[in-house]
Amino acid sequence: MAEQALSDARVLDLTWYIAGPFCTKLLADYGADVIKIEKPGEGDPARRMGPFFKDDPHPEKSGLFLYLNTNKKGITLNLKSETGKKIFKELVKDADILVESFSPGVMERLGLGFEELEKINPKLVMTSISNFGQTGPYRDYKTSDLITFAMGGAMNQTGVPDRPPVHVARNLKLCECGWLAATGTLGAWWGARRDGIGEHVDVSLMEALLGSTDRRDTNLLTYAYTGFTTKRTNPTEGRMMIIPGGYFPCKDGWVIFVCTIPSWPKLGTLLGRPDLHKDPRFQNLFDLTHASEIDGMVLEWLAERTKQQAAEEGQAMDIAVTPINTPKDVVNDKHLRERGFWIEIDHPVTGRLTYPGAPIDMGEGGFKVRMPAPLLGQHNKEVYGKLGYTGEDLVRLRERGVI
Amino acid sequence: MAKKMPLEGIRVLEITTTWAGPYSAMLLGDLGAEVIRVESLKHFATTTRGIFARPPAAMYANDDRGGWFQYPNRDVGERPWNRSTFFNSHGRNRYAMTVDLESPRGIEIFKRLLKISDLFVENNAYGVMEKLGLTYDVVSEVNPRIIMIRLPGYGIKGPYRDWRGYGVQCEGVVGHAWLNQYSIDDLPIRSMTFSMDTTGGCAAVMAAIMALARREKTGRGQLIDLCQAQTVALCLGEAYMDYVMNGRVQETMGNRHPTAIQGVYRCAPGGLDDYVAITIYNDEEWEGFCRAIGNPAWTREPKFADALSRYKNHDELDRHIEEWTSQHNKYDVMHILQKERVPAGPVMNEADVYSDPHVKERNFLLEITQKWCGTHLYPGFPWKYKRTPQKAYLPPPGLGEHNEYVYKKLLKVSDEEYDELVREHHIGDVYLPSVR
Repeated sequence: MAEQALSDARVLDLTWYIAGPFCTKLLADYGADVIKIEKPGEGDPARRMGPFFKDDPHPEKSGLFLYLNTNKKGITLNLKSETGKKIFKELVKDADILVESFSPGVMERLGLGFEELEKINPKLVMTSISNFGQTGPYRDYKTSDLITFAMGGAMNQTGVPDRPPVHVARNLKLCECGWLAATGTLGAWWGARRDGIGEHVDVSLMEALLGSTDRRDTNLLTYAYTGFTTKRTNPTEGRMMIIPGGYFPCKDGWVIFVCTIPSWPKLGTLLGRPDLHKDPRFQNLFDLTHASEIDGMVLEWLAERTKQQAAEEGQAMDIAVTPINTPKDVVNDKHLRERGFWIEIDHPVTGRLTYPGAPIDMGEGGFKVRMPAPLLGQHNKEVYGKLGYTGEDLVRLRERGVI
Repeated sequence: MAKKMPLEGIRVLEITTTWAGPYSAMLLGDLGAEVIRVESLKHFATTTRGIFARPPAAMYANDDRGGWFQYPNRDVGERPWNRSTFFNSHGRNRYAMTVDLESPRGIEIFKRLLKISDLFVENNAYGVMEKLGLTYDVVSEVNPRIIMIRLPGYGIKGPYRDWRGYGVQCEGVVGHAWLNQYSIDDLPIRSMTFSMDTTGGCAAVMAAIMALARREKTGRGQLIDLCQAQTVALCLGEAYMDYVMNGRVQETMGNRHPTAIQGVYRCAPGGLDDYVAITIYNDEEWEGFCRAIGNPAWTREPKFADALSRYKNHDELDRHIEEWTSQHNKYDVMHILQKERVPAGPVMNEADVYSDPHVKERNFLLEITQKWCGTHLYPGFPWKYKRTPQKAYLPPPGLGEHNEYVYKKLLKVSDEEYDELVREHHIGDVYLPSVR
C-alpha cells in the first residue's frame, strides 16, 4: 500500500461528539494511525445522534458517527479504573499526538493531565478541545453548536434586522473548529518532530471562531479601527447599482445571480437582448430608476431555466450565476463527481454507502479509505494484543468493566 | 531548551487574493515560516487591500455600518491599500514585495525566488497562473522541491474550474445557502457568514505540512489541487449522509435543533444584538432551567412535563422563555442559566467581543502597531500553544514594504540593478497612477 502523508503519525483519540472527531478524521483520512478510545458499553454519544441508516436508531448506524470516524481504529477503555489508566499510559508512550475533548480539568483529575503525560512521553503533542478553553471565567460553561456560533461567530450579522439572528447549517461551525484544531495540531506535530519537545494545544471552540476569517476577522478589526459594529441588513438594502446581484428564483429553485461591472456588457447577450447595455436609460449604473426593469428581465429569463442550466449559461458569459443546491443536488453534482469527491465505503452493518471524500487533492501521498468507522471495541484485540495482553487478559478486563 | 517555531526555515511565496489565500499565508507565518507576499504596482486585486486602490473618501467617511471594508477612523488616508481592514485583519506575519509578473524580467525575478523557496501558494481564479506562465510544470522545473498549492474556489480541474465565485457562490453549490436560512419559505433571506475561507485556509496549511512530510521521504515537492468548495462541503456531511441513507433532503430548521429545545431569544434592553442562544438538551437541564427562572407555575403544566411534549409545544415554550429572557440583559441570562448548568450564551457583536472578560483574560486580542494605521487590538490566534511562541512579529505589511529585504538581501541584487527595477516599475510602494 502506498504511503500517505501522515502514515508516521500515531494518534490517540479521546474525543467525542463533533469538533474533536472531525479533527482526528482529517488526520486519519491522510494516513495517521488513529486509535479512537470510547467508553465501554455506550461509546461516543454521536452514535446516538441522527441521521440513522434507514432511520433505525442503532449505535452502529448513525450516519453522523460513521462519517466523522472513517479510517480510525476503535477500542474501549474505562479511564476511571486504575487498570484503565495504566493501559492508557502504555498507549501514550507510543503516541505522537493525543487529542481529547473532555471538560477542562477532567484529564488532570484522572491523573492524565499534560504534565503527567509528558513525563511518560516528552515528545507528546496533546490537543485539548473544549467549549471555552482551559482557562478564563467561562471555562466550565456549557455550550452547543448554536451557542458556539452566537458567541464566537458572526451570528449577529446573520439574518435580517427585524428578526433574531439566525443559525448556519447545523454543526457546520463545529466542523470548522475541527479544521482549525487539526491545523494547530499538525503545526505542533511538525514542531515536535523537529525539536523533540512536546506541546499542549488549547483549542477553545469560541476562540477558534473568533480567530476565523470571512467575516469575523475583518468586522472585528473594523470595530477596532472605527468603533462601529456590523449590523444585520435586509438583502434588498444597500443596492448601489442597476446591475443585478442576489438571490433570484428560477424554474426549479433559486440561483445566486451576480453581474459585475466588467461583465455588464454581456448581460444583454445572456438575456437575449444584445443591445441592453446601449439603452440610454441604463447608461448611469448608479441610477436605480430602472433597476426593477432589469430585474424583471432576469426573472423572465430564469423562469425558463433550471438552476443548473442558468448557472452554466451565465458562467459561460463570465456572469457569476450559481445554483442554490439542496443536499440531493450536491450528491449528484457533476463537478464534485468528476473530481472524485464522492467515494464508496463498505461497512459491516450498513453495507456500501456514498460518503464525502477528500477535501485536499494531493499530487501523491493523499487521501485514502483504509477502513470504515469502527464498531464499538472492534480493534480491542489488535491494539491490546500489540501491548502484550492475551485473549485471557482481555476477558478479565472486560469482566471488570475496564474495556 | 526553548521551543522552536514549527516552520522555521521554510520560505513561502504567496500570490493570494480575498480571504482564504491571505488567511492561509497568515497561519503559515504564525507557525514561523518566512512568508513573502508578491504584488504588482500595475494591478490592484480587488477585495484584498480594499475594493479600490484609491477609493472615494466620502464613501467611507460617512459609513457607520461597520462591515468588512473600512479604514482607521473611516479615513482612507494617503495610502488606502495599507490601511484596509480587509487585508490587515489577516495580514500579519509576512513580508511584502512588488514585481511586475507580466514582463519577462519580472518572471525571471520570480523564478529566482522560487529557487530559494519551499512553498508557493496562490488562490487566483483559474487561468491567472496559466496566463503568467507559472503553472506547476514550469515551477517544478525551476525547483523540483517546491510545493505549489492552488486553491481557487472550485479547484483546478473539473467542469466548474472556470466558474467565477467567492464563498457566497461556492456555498450555494455545496448546499450551505440552502441550509442557512430562517425557513424554507423565506429562502432568499440570506446570511453573510461563510465558512469556506477558514476551512480552505486551514486546508492549505495542512496540505503544506503534509507535503513537507512527503518531501522528506521523496525529496520532491508536489502540486496540491485544493477545491475550497470541498473543504466546506466536508462540514455538511450529516446532511449528505441523510440523503444517501434515507433519501431525505434536509431543510433548514432556523435556530431549532432536531431533538433539543433550542432558540435565540430577545433580551433587555431590546437592541439589535440583544439576544441570547439557549439549548436545553435533557431533563436535567430542563429542571435546571426551571430552577434558574424561579419555577413559575407554567413550567409545571403537563404539556411541558417530558422531553417529547416539550418539543411538541416548542412554539409555546419559546414564548414563555422569551418572556423571561426579555427582562434580563443577555450576559445575565448566560450567567443565571449556566449557574444551573444550562447551556446559554449571548449573541456577541464586535463591541461585546472587545469588552468580554473571558476574551480579555485569555488575551485573545493582539496589540499590533502598523506604520500606516497606528496601534490597535487585532483578532488573535485561533488556538493557543503552551510553548511555541505565538506573536505578531511582523505587522500587516504595506505594499512593497520589504522590497529592500527581498531584492538586496535574498536575491543579492546590486544597488544599480535595484534602481533600474524601480524605474521599470517592478519595485515601489505606491500603485501606478493608472490603477483605480
